[in-house]
Amino acid sequence: MAEFRLPKNSRITNGKHHPAPAGSGKTRTFKIYRYDPDSGENPRWDTYDVDLSQCGPMVLDVLIHIKNTMDPTLTFRRSCREGICGSCAMNIAGRNTLACIKGHDECPGDKVQISPLPQMAVVKDLVPDLTLFYAQYASVEPWLHTETPEPQKEWRQAPEDREKLDGLYECILCACCSTSCPSYWWNQDKYLGPAALLHAYRWIIDSRDEATGERLDELEDPFKLYRCHTIMNCAQVCPKGLNPAKAIAEVKKMLAERVV
Amino acid sequence: MAAYEFIDHKFDVVVVGAGGSGLRAALGCAQAGLKTACVTKVFPTRSHTVAAQGGISASLGNMGEDDWRWHMYDTVKGSDWLGDQDAIEYLCRNAPAAVYELEHWGVPFSRTADGKIYQRAFGGMTKNYGEAPIQRTCAAADRTGHAMLHTMYGQSLAHETEFFIEYFALDLIMDEGICRGVTAWKLDDGTLHRFQAQLVILATGGYGRAYFSCTSAHTCTGDGGGMVLRAGLPLQDMEFVQFHPTGIYGAGCLITEGARGEGGYLTNSEGERFMERYAPSVKDLAPRDMVSRAMTMEIREGRGVGPKKDHIFLHLDHLDPKILAERLPGISESAKIFAGVDVTKEPIPVLPTVHYNMGGIPTNFYSEVVTKAGRDPDKVVPGLMAVGEAACVSVHGANRLGSNSLIDLVVFGRSAALRAADTIKAGATQPELKPEMTDPHLARFDRFRNADGGTSTADLRLEMQRAMQEDAAVYRTSDALKSGVKRMQDVNARKPDIKVADRSLVWNSDLMETLELDNLIGQAMVTVVGAENRKESRGAHAHEDFPDRDDKTWMKHTLTWFDEKTGKVKIDFRPVHSFTMTNDIAYIPPKARVY
Repeated sequence: MAEFRLPKNSRITNGKHHPAPAGSGKTRTFKIYRYDPDSGENPRWDTYDVDLSQCGPMVLDVLIHIKNTMDPTLTFRRSCREGICGSCAMNIAGRNTLACIKGHDECPGDKVQISPLPQMAVVKDLVPDLTLFYAQYASVEPWLHTETPEPQKEWRQAPEDREKLDGLYECILCACCSTSCPSYWWNQDKYLGPAALLHAYRWIIDSRDEATGERLDELEDPFKLYRCHTIMNCAQVCPKGLNPAKAIAEVKKMLAERVV
Repeated sequence: MAAYEFIDHKFDVVVVGAGGSGLRAALGCAQAGLKTACVTKVFPTRSHTVAAQGGISASLGNMGEDDWRWHMYDTVKGSDWLGDQDAIEYLCRNAPAAVYELEHWGVPFSRTADGKIYQRAFGGMTKNYGEAPIQRTCAAADRTGHAMLHTMYGQSLAHETEFFIEYFALDLIMDEGICRGVTAWKLDDGTLHRFQAQLVILATGGYGRAYFSCTSAHTCTGDGGGMVLRAGLPLQDMEFVQFHPTGIYGAGCLITEGARGEGGYLTNSEGERFMERYAPSVKDLAPRDMVSRAMTMEIREGRGVGPKKDHIFLHLDHLDPKILAERLPGISESAKIFAGVDVTKEPIPVLPTVHYNMGGIPTNFYSEVVTKAGRDPDKVVPGLMAVGEAACVSVHGANRLGSNSLIDLVVFGRSAALRAADTIKAGATQPELKPEMTDPHLARFDRFRNADGGTSTADLRLEMQRAMQEDAAVYRTSDALKSGVKRMQDVNARKPDIKVADRSLVWNSDLMETLELDNLIGQAMVTVVGAENRKESRGAHAHEDFPDRDDKTWMKHTLTWFDEKTGKVKIDFRPVHSFTMTNDIAYIPPKARVY
């Protein structure tokens, strides 16, 4: 039987253990993926016994506590710490989410395992390379297309039409959804993935946009759109509670209706 | 020192920062046919503009009559007469067009029944020169900054701005007082870059992280202000730090002023709506400095809530849950996550929290950086502009009104681009850069990279944050400020003892945090020295030993230069502009600031 293994230089070794300082209160162990491209070494799992009495409630608080007091080399992206900038997306206890709004007490099990977003090239530690993800977002032309000369004031938009953007415009481009999608793992070179498609639909459904036809033409492709197999991981993990799968289904429906 | 080599780039304009003002400036420059780079340490939609909630002010008049002059009056009064009225006129006149432009780009504003942009009430915004609160703040639910920033990033993808993402700017390339570009460190491969340009536009945001508790993101380290101080240029009015009344108790996350705009109110431990005593006419919609002081006073006098009686309640539980879901969904979620509160049933525990820097890099209303040279208080620094929170135009003076910052971003981002198009020529020849212009940049970078002292970056940062939090707070006293100056001098003196544990070049976040800390220390230093020096109370600077505003002595902008080697801060002043931009409105003379 064929045996599948990671390439030699990607196999994860056991790394360092960082015990909690003497006199700590209640501790919990965090097992964190480490990779330092400058060292030429394989990635490793480091474990940290964290004194929970010394840090805040969120996983990001734990990571910052580790960086500040145990190991300053630990690297991760973070910015707003309130779930709006989308920087600290990572895989925590097996699910993609934002470290800043995930309480460590919500993580099941003994040890909490933290790794970068799955299936993306790792730049360092918990920092994935999102270049392709961003390029896919750009490819849906995420700006308003209009032909009609602009009015002096605002375009009028009825509240019912504006409501159609709810559940779409709130996306923070954290990439939790796309990197949780098995179809995206297989075909990310050709399949746009749930985040980019959610944005595509956000502009298609905007009553002010005048390029609906062209936008749909662009998506009518066996890979770009139709690699969505309604696996629904995207909706499961979205830390903002959005449903990209539904947006994708709406696009498919519009394409189907167009043919009829 | 290790050998470092620069990778060279040449542009007409380099914008540093990709928040609201940086994107607007970059977009405008690109539209004007200038070859434009935007260098940013985070992916554009992660910039802190994304966290702005309540809205963007402009006198559209969608909810009833409005006038840019009323907006101007409110802004001048809000600034406690430290704002420059020519710049404030420029802001308020250009605000409506700037909002329509955003709407045309696709910002998903909330709507009125007849399809216009929805506007809500905000602190200090009034009709007919202070008569009664007005609805002037244009909103996209309570995610206005997010909606704006994402739309603007989308729009800049439609234009020819070249982005350099996750490049950390190091220093300004100065050539005998002229700015010729900026150096930067590319995080994902560790290379160093030299961006040469006819014009550098700093759009690097505020330095909220100089304090222990702030609504600002971890990345708000005022890198542009740090670079300006190292270039030997002054910062202006740095003593004016805004505390937002409603940061979530403990976590510090922001709850928008729009919550009060939609009818929310504050109570003390006696259940009293105490703002009625402090600002009888506008109550909970008083400007932020006044509300923060009132809350602090209530807590001091023993009327705080909670087991330690150390915070205040914000009530939204009387509002229709449908309205909350439609207009305040974001903060409802934040309150749940960070305070465990269901806003439809319980009040949110809140506390005044550092939020915004009125001070910054001094500019005129063309966004050109100015300094004082001899007797000229408005000497333009060639090749350098600043916009957004990083800048001090000054439209916010001693206290910014809520929703005036988002409009500041786009109006002055645009003004910078217009000025760039007027003053430089696309593709003009640029003088050759000499190594001595950038040698100090490399020396500093290398020094921190190999720093091997006894104090971790995190420890020194914490010391700075504690000093600022305790000694340069909502209320200030001479003793506290003297102590703050001393403590910050100690922090600065300990910089050579810093230890960086990570020596690598690829995504070395230990080193990046250290370089950011260096930027913060300079700004914290001039903040506390400026505060110690200002012997009056004005706007956000509430000095208990000098409780009154003193227009005769202190109606002037503070300029501060910092010498990091000696820890000395040099202070000088610029006059507040006592004139408007045009004859369409007369100078608004100072009077007592009551609401």
